[in-house]
Amino acid sequence: MSDASGASGEVELVQLLTPEGERLEHPEYSFSGDDDQIKSFYHDMVLTRRVDSEATALQRQGELGLWASCLGQEAAQVGSGRALGKHDFVFPTYREHGVAWCLGVDPLHLLALFRGVDLGGWDSQKSRFHLYTVVIGAQTLHATGYAMAVERDGLVGTGDPDRDMAVVGYFGDGATSQGDVNEAFIFASSYNAPIVFFCQNNQWAISEPIERQSRIPLYRRASGFGFPGVRVDGNDVLAVYAATTAALDRARTGSGPSLIEAYTYRMGAHTTSDDPTKYRLADELEHWRLKDPIERVKAYLTRSGSGDEAFFAEVEAEASDYAADLRARCLALPDPQILDCFDYVYAEQTPYLVEQKANFAEYLATFEGADSSDELRQAEPAYGGGV
Amino acid sequence: MTMLTMAKALNAGLRRALEADPKVVVAGEDVGKLGGVFRVTEGLQKDFGEHRVIDSPLAESGIVGTAVGMALRGYRPVCEIQFDGFVYPAFNQIVSQAARLHYRSRGLLRMPIVIRIPYGGGIGAVEHHSESPEAYFCHTAGLKVVTCANPVDAYWMIQQAVASDDPIIFLEPKRRYHERGEVDESATPAPLHSARVARPGTDVTLIAYGPMVKTCLDAAEAASEEGHDLEVIDLRTLSPLDMALVDESVQKTGRAITVHEAQLNLGLGAELAARITEQCFYSLEAPVLRVAGFDIPYPPSRVEEEYLPDLDRVLDMVDRSLAY
Repeated sequence: MSDASGASGEVELVQLLTPEGERLEHPEYSFSGDDDQIKSFYHDMVLTRRVDSEATALQRQGELGLWASCLGQEAAQVGSGRALGKHDFVFPTYREHGVAWCLGVDPLHLLALFRGVDLGGWDSQKSRFHLYTVVIGAQTLHATGYAMAVERDGLVGTGDPDRDMAVVGYFGDGATSQGDVNEAFIFASSYNAPIVFFCQNNQWAISEPIERQSRIPLYRRASGFGFPGVRVDGNDVLAVYAATTAALDRARTGSGPSLIEAYTYRMGAHTTSDDPTKYRLADELEHWRLKDPIERVKAYLTRSGSGDEAFFAEVEAEASDYAADLRARCLALPDPQILDCFDYVYAEQTPYLVEQKANFAEYLATFEGADSSDELRQAEPAYGGGV
Repeated sequence: MTMLTMAKALNAGLRRALEADPKVVVAGEDVGKLGGVFRVTEGLQKDFGEHRVIDSPLAESGIVGTAVGMALRGYRPVCEIQFDGFVYPAFNQIVSQAARLHYRSRGLLRMPIVIRIPYGGGIGAVEHHSESPEAYFCHTAGLKVVTCANPVDAYWMIQQAVASDDPIIFLEPKRRYHERGEVDESATPAPLHSARVARPGTDVTLIAYGPMVKTCLDAAEAASEEGHDLEVIDLRTLSPLDMALVDESVQKTGRAITVHEAQLNLGLGAELAARITEQCFYSLEAPVLRVAGFDIPYPPSRVEEEYLPDLDRVLDMVDRSLAY
């Protein structure tokens, strides 16, 4: 193989829907859903993209401290998110906004985190969507441990689809260089844990190309750990859905872990603080724009006649309304109170922290009713509110 | 009452924890068939099975990281890090993951994880087998850090740590593993996060924990022959500190000396000195003094006896304190 990175066509890529919107057959993977289901995928991808662009705009306007855009990865996220069963549990990175959407997590929570209002405000147990993890790859071990616990709970391989469950650990191409991801592979393999490792290879780890992380296609790493790996077209929602469904089934029935490499592209910057023009060519973006995950579904639906202009316009209008409402709710988020931060460090509070909090509250109270010479402090919303 | 070594007392405590709650699991390198390199988990896998006493792949981050995941599903993992110097590969999982999830989720998620670490020197070991890493963990908000100094505390504290809903670093003074003591399995133990007076005295307060408690008790015994009546405090809990007991003692004696194996610079002694100075300023007859390891990496074992605080260094510091 001349191209060790696997970027060439010599590496097999599971694809069920071409960039032009044509359906393909694959010997191993198939999509058996109907066009209504594909329309709902389209809906979720458009909404995900709209939420994402609204968040980017909010950051540009100073309303979010940062945003990690998932632009271009909607098929990878919605395809895998929609494949989840009703008990399956997800461990995301900090970019899985589309998966969050599929699991019903209010995007307001995602915005709140990036606004600096909290550190992850959704009920992760109820939504089955763990809090975002920022330290790269650390969550793959949490996912593996959770899967080991699922197996101990006897919820694997019972044959009862209402009981069996699996876990999905998301990570990116850069994370595959982390020790934690490799350790997660080893633990999962050793204990035959019911987990799907879902790698979105979006080609870039901030400024570092995939060639810096791996000299072989990432999905082939799996064989070295003793479980199957597959590369799917990460911009093909049908292929992602089919591959994730198969991998989840495998995990739930007790056949162990597998790796999915969703071959995709980060069309935006790493985060709003990043400037990709410094390290990649505009040509590359143009190349991937032709493989846009949403456009190909639109092309397919148009071709099949299942989606007409009215449908597309309706989804577009819903997305706009949703974004406007989300923006309003984001701007209405109350700031956190510094004194509350003392209360959640421990399950069993320590006398020392109680004392530290009380001392700080006492200090803050000295500013109450201070004259205008102290207006700087009075203007600071974190002060005073909790006293 | 049973006479047990500290290792056996820990084993008995873990056994009771495993019996008491089916969600308790033990995980670590060699903890299964071998029973751990110090035999603390001996026989547990045989009695509780491979699903509850888990031989882990040789990866510390993996041990703690998977424990985080298990805890998220209601399990109460007890991780063994084989030696103190091997805990660093798990540092991110401990300080950035386990320590923060309760805080990040505003109390929705709990991390009832115990991380057992045999620590300290004095056993003639090779490099990375004699470290005292407690300050790193005490510095981390969200963690609690405790250490036992005798078999009876080992027996009770490990059970209390397992029952805690907070992540706990449980430090075991490996050179005291084989020292014996009476364990009363029917007693009511003191709260986990409380210090104790190991020996009452009136002249100087020695504040120690883990392996140094015995050293200080020996020093106090020797000092008594010279007419000095030393009080020895066994901290037991390093984070949070039980300062009420310490302050009470220092207000009585007017003199405090901290003793630990860990390096001097920014060690527990520094925090203790600052807190004592703040709380007991008008009672102090001398500055708070510190006996500690030196600010060098742990030395080759053939000179470790000179590195480690011993009876003579403690007594020398007592003399200095009394000289003020």
